[in-house]
This record gives sequence, C-alpha cells and structure tokens, in this order.
Amino acid sequence: MARFNDANLTTAHEIIARYPRPKSALIPLLHLAQEQNGYVTDEAMRQIAELVGVTPAEVLGTGSFYEMFRFEPTGRYLINICGTMSCALMGARELLHAAERSLGIHAGGTTPDGLFTLHQAECQAACTEAPCLQVNYRYRFKMTPEGVEQLIDDLRAGKLDDEIPPHGTLARVRQHIPSDRAVGAVDPDDVVGPPAWIPVTVEGAGS
Amino acid sequence: MTSYSWAPGFVAGDRPRIVTSRFEFEDSFTLERYLATGGYAGLRAAIARPAAEVHEEVRSSTLLGRGGAGFPAGVKWGLTPEGVFPRYLVVNGDESEPGTYKDRLLMERDPHQLIEGCLIACYAAGLSRCFLYIRGEMALAQERMATALNDAYAAGYIGKNILGSDFSVDIVLHWGAGAYVVGEETALIESLEGNRGMPRLKPPYFPAAIGLYGKPTIVNNVETLSNLPWIATNGAAAYTAIGTESSPGTRMVAVSGHVKRPGVYEIVNGTTTFRDLLYGEEFCQGIRDDNELKAFVPGGGSAPWFLPDQLDLPFEGRLVGAAGSMLGSGAIMVMDSTTDIPAAALTLTRFYAHESCGKCVPCREGGTWLMRILERVVEGQGTTEDLDLLLEVGGSICPGSMPHAASAELGLEATPFPYRMTTICFVGPSAYVPVHSAITLFPSEFAERVAPARVRTRIPVTAVGSAQ
Ligand SMILES: Cc1cc2nc3c(=O)[nH]c(=O)nc-3n(C[C@H](O)[C@H](O)[C@H](O)COP(=O)(O)O)c2cc1C
Ligand code: SF4
Ligand code: FES
Repeated sequence: MARFNDANLTTAHEIIARYPRPKSALIPLLHLAQEQNGYVTDEAMRQIAELVGVTPAEVLGTGSFYEMFRFEPTGRYLINICGTMSCALMGARELLHAAERSLGIHAGGTTPDGLFTLHQAECQAACTEAPCLQVNYRYRFKMTPEGVEQLIDDLRAGKLDDEIPPHGTLARVRQHIPSDRAVGAVDPDDVVGPPAWIPVTVEGAGS
Repeated sequence: MTSYSWAPGFVAGDRPRIVTSRFEFEDSFTLERYLATGGYAGLRAAIARPAAEVHEEVRSSTLLGRGGAGFPAGVKWGLTPEGVFPRYLVVNGDESEPGTYKDRLLMERDPHQLIEGCLIACYAAGLSRCFLYIRGEMALAQERMATALNDAYAAGYIGKNILGSDFSVDIVLHWGAGAYVVGEETALIESLEGNRGMPRLKPPYFPAAIGLYGKPTIVNNVETLSNLPWIATNGAAAYTAIGTESSPGTRMVAVSGHVKRPGVYEIVNGTTTFRDLLYGEEFCQGIRDDNELKAFVPGGGSAPWFLPDQLDLPFEGRLVGAAGSMLGSGAIMVMDSTTDIPAAALTLTRFYAHESCGKCVPCREGGTWLMRILERVVEGQGTTEDLDLLLEVGGSICPGSMPHAASAELGLEATPFPYRMTTICFVGPSAYVPVHSAITLFPSEFAERVAPARVRTRIPVTAVGSAQ
C-alpha cells in the first residue's frame, strides 16, 4: 500500500526522466506519494530514495523542510485558514475561531474521525479576497464565520467531493510530454556548445 | 471598470492592458481562445529573427523584473558567461510575499501567454530547457498550466523543432511544497535540485553564472515573462510608449485591506499615484466606511510602511526608494484608522520569523525574538525596555539606519531605501521592517501599550528554541 502502485510507478519514472538529474524529482515524487496515501509514509520515502538515488534520510531531510508534506495520518480535508496581514485585517481570527468551535479542535489538530485537520496558514496569494482559506488547496474567498460552519457541514456531508479531492491530491491534470515531441533531458555535463538556433560566432555564441 | 466572476479580484478599467488583455473571456485559458486572440504570434515573430535581435528588442524595451527586485530582464539575460552551455530558464511562480496576488491569476487565466513568454526568453537567450516552478498550494494554477502545456506540445509550440524551426525546448512543470523562502531565486534552484530550499551565497552563486546544476540559469518572474509575447508582437517602441522612461509598460498591482474595493489592477507603470489607487473611482474608491487612512504597505510585506503623507507619490521604483520604501512585488496593504498597529506589524513579523530557513543566526534567532517580544507588547505584557530590545535585536539584523517614510506630524524626514543586512537573504530584514516602521511612525501606540520598566535587567525571551 505504501509503495507506489503500478500506475504511479509509471508516472514516477516519467517524472524522473524529465530532469537532467534524478534528484530533482524528489519533491514531485513526495507529492505523488502523498496523493496515493494521504501522507508520506516511511515506506514511500525508502522507495523514493531508491528511485532517485539518494538515502532515505536525505528524502526526509528535504521533505521535512516543506510544510505541505505530512508524515503522519492527516484529515481527509486539510483546512488552512490564512492569518497573514490582509486576512488578519479583514477578520481571519474570527474564521479560525469559528472553525475551532465547529470542529471541536485547536489549530494544528485532527478530528477523532480523521475527517478534518485544521491549520492556521500564511498568505495564500488571494489577499484582495480576504479573509480566505483553502480546503485541500482549493480556495474559499471572502469568508464569514457562518460560511466556515456551512463549509464544514457540506464537507462532512460529502457535498463537495466533486470539487475537492481528498488531501494529497493537488492538480488533477498531469503534464505528459509526448515522446515524439520531447527534446529530452540531457545531463548538463554532456552538453557541448550552444543550442542549434544560436549561431556559433567568434564572439562566443549568442550573448 | 468591470469584474469577472472567473477572475476573482481582477478589475478591468479603461486603461491599456498588456498581460490581462484576455481576462474578459471566461475561456481565456484555452488554446482555442488564445489563438483566436493573437496567441503565439509573438513566438512566430521572434523565431523569424536571429536570437540576438530578439534579445536586443527586449533589452531596449527596458522590461523590469516583476518578482521584487525590478532588474531589467534584457540586461539579466546578457549576464550569462559567454560560451558556457547549457543554459536554463527557471520560471518563478512561487508567489507568496504577503499581499501579492497577480502571478496566480496570470497562470490560471492566461497560461499560454506565460508559455509563449518562456519560449521567447529561451529563444532569445539560448536557454535550452525551461522549468516552470509553481507554488505548491496553487492547485488550480497547476491544473491550468498542465493542460496548457499538454495542448501546446500537441500543437507543436513546445518541444522539438518548434513550428518547423531549429528552435527546440522542453518546458517542465514543477511545483513546490510550501516554503516562502523558496521564492528567493537561489533557494528556488536548490529546491529544484531536490534539496531543502535554502538560499545560496551571492557571490559566487549568481544564477546567471552558477545556477541550476551549476550552469548559467535565468530566473524570471511569471509576470515578467507574460509581457514578452506583447513585446515580441508589438515591438519595444510600443512598449516604452506606455508608462515612463524608467518604468515602462504596465504593472499588476494588488490592493488589499481596508479599502472599499480591494482588487488586482493592471496600471500604467510609473505615473499612477497611490492616491489614485486608494481613492480613485476606477480603482479602490476610498477607505472602507469612509474612515481615515492610517498607513499602507506599498510593496509587499517586506516593504517599509507609508503614511498618508506619501499618497501623492507615483508607483515608480526610484521615487518610492527615495521616500524610504520599495515597490517590491506590487502589493499594497491598507490600514484604516481602526487598525491596531502593533498587532498588524505582528502578523508580518510572525510570517517572516516562521518562514526563516534557519541558515543565518540573525534571522533564525532574531526573527523569533522579534516575534516573541512583539507578542508580549501586543498582549499588554511588555515594558518600555521591550521597545528598546526590539530595536536592538533588529539592529543585529540590519545594522545602521533603516529606511522609513517622512512624517510631517512627527517631524520626521525620510531615510531612503535600502538597508544594510547581516543575513544571506531578505527574510531576516523583512521580519524587522514592520517592527521598525510601526515603532518609528506610531510611537504613541507602543507607548500606550507598555508599562514602565520595573526591573533594570534584560527581560529574557521565553521562546522555545531561543536563547535566554
Ligand atoms: C525571500 C524572497 C522571496 C521571494 N519570492 C519571490 C516570489 O515568490 N516570486 C518571484 O518572482 N520572485 C521572488 N523573489 C525574487 C527572486 O529572488 C528573483 O529576484 C525574481 O524571481 C527574479 O525575477 P524577475 O527579474 O523577473 O523579477 C523573492 C526574493 C526573496 C529574497
Ligand atoms: S535570511 Fe533567513 S531565510 Fe534568508 S538565508 Fe538567512 S536564515 Fe535563511
Ligand atoms: S494575506 Fe491572506 S491571502 Fe494574502
């Protein structure tokens, strides 16, 4: 379960092949593992380490730097309420309190049924639409405390399942580079000279 | 003056629009709409000319970087060492500076425009692979970019022998995983190499010389690149005809906080004043509830604050710098008379303290100290000594004088930008900037808040992980 399933393993190899150095795929593969299992398991980190040629400790070392990666079971819905300046000026604190009351947990916690994890988050690049929040990185703008309660009810009732996939899934569309169109990733040390469209001149190849 | 439900926050106006020209179309993100509205014409025009000529066109447009530093794109492209290959393009789509909201809109609403911009940059500067780094928390932008890339590959705009020419480049979609500091260009490169996103020392790690995998790398912001199709199609002269000589073209600006109509506006660069933006009928239409304006942050959370005294300044880098702040990422945050100034400063200081990568001591320790002391002051537990301590800790991050705005009421003259710093990147100083602005411009709000010092010794900071 915790290792990549066959489809995801194929995707993982496709991702790795896009980078001149396999280690660059580390963060994308952590996302893939989180998408499959809802969080990043130890088993997944061991497999990613094998795939990109580093130690499992390096995978954890890199992964733990980034806030989106969770290393323990996380609610199906991760609610991130923005608390940075523009949202704070427009009532972010009331949203957080409404969510805490409604879920019966403090920020940082997960509900006992495993459905919700609540976080206070930082600026979500939607400051003009303050105060705002994200559920599994899907936005809700200009929220009110009542709106937060309604949102939680709707999520609990499964009414938003079409719009909001379970925690771990980010983009539902993946990039696919068709093999007949791909230029391909070359190890940087194997590249000599300028690319084809840059004339080699005495001045040294297209400043 | 129209807004569209599919572009939340964006307000169109009766002004020239370069990067938001398609926002009125609900399907602006599709290849069909893009092609029907002049899409990929800039690429065709570019690849019909020698690369050096296209580079020269961009250089003479004086297109300034929109990621924060405002460095001219054409000049940056010329900084790669001669004859060293491969060269890469890394697109900075990590938008996370407090107050900033524009790159996400550009990626969600006009992904092909960004792709075309990347292609033109790669062609002009001889960059043979492009990595498009999108902030991890932006699921919709990732979906829109993935779809657009897939469609553009299928249609022959990306990949091998683009449009039958000898120009070949792949664009690889990559996304982050939540870390503000990764927006700093060398941290972005570290992250793209699969490492913790910690900034590198400059020198020697200027990306144009030693970047991704140690090779010359151009890092450009999403909005910067989104201007290129228009410039390639219409020419540099048409571009410089808009705006001012030192700040040509247009700029996307987000105005948030206590205004009647917060929004994202594409404005004429260099001439639009802060008063136009905050009070103008076609922009924010005044302060909410007709309250008085107390202060505003002119250029993202890292920028020193302005007072109503500065309202008549135009949105122009040099003038704003001389007045004691910076334009940064084009984000204005407005505070009305009801604002609790120390608490507002705390929301920013907490942000930067939280986002410290931990590489430099003044930022790692100093940021936490600033946050804890300010918390104490905001909660009414502080003393007058705390205010001195805040300035002292800040002084260890930014030694010497700090930029600040002029105030007629306080009899203060402006101290121009920039400041000196003891840290590798701007995260450390940015934790101090709001504290310094708030204390300097609103001394009475702090004086009211703190008790006289009872003990003459230093009050230890009790914070997990910080020294006593
Ligand atoms: C802490 C920090 C965060 C930054 N975040 C961003 C960001 O999110 N997006 C961005 O484009 N530039 C950001 N920058 C600026 C980049 O380092 C870089 O200057 C910019 O991407 C260059 O692109 P431009 O020349 O097109 O503006 C940040 C800089 C610092 C110091
Ligand atoms: S200033 Fe802060 S965020 Fe920047 S490199 Fe130093 S410790 Fe890291
Ligand atoms: S401050 Fe909340 S989205 Fe920017």
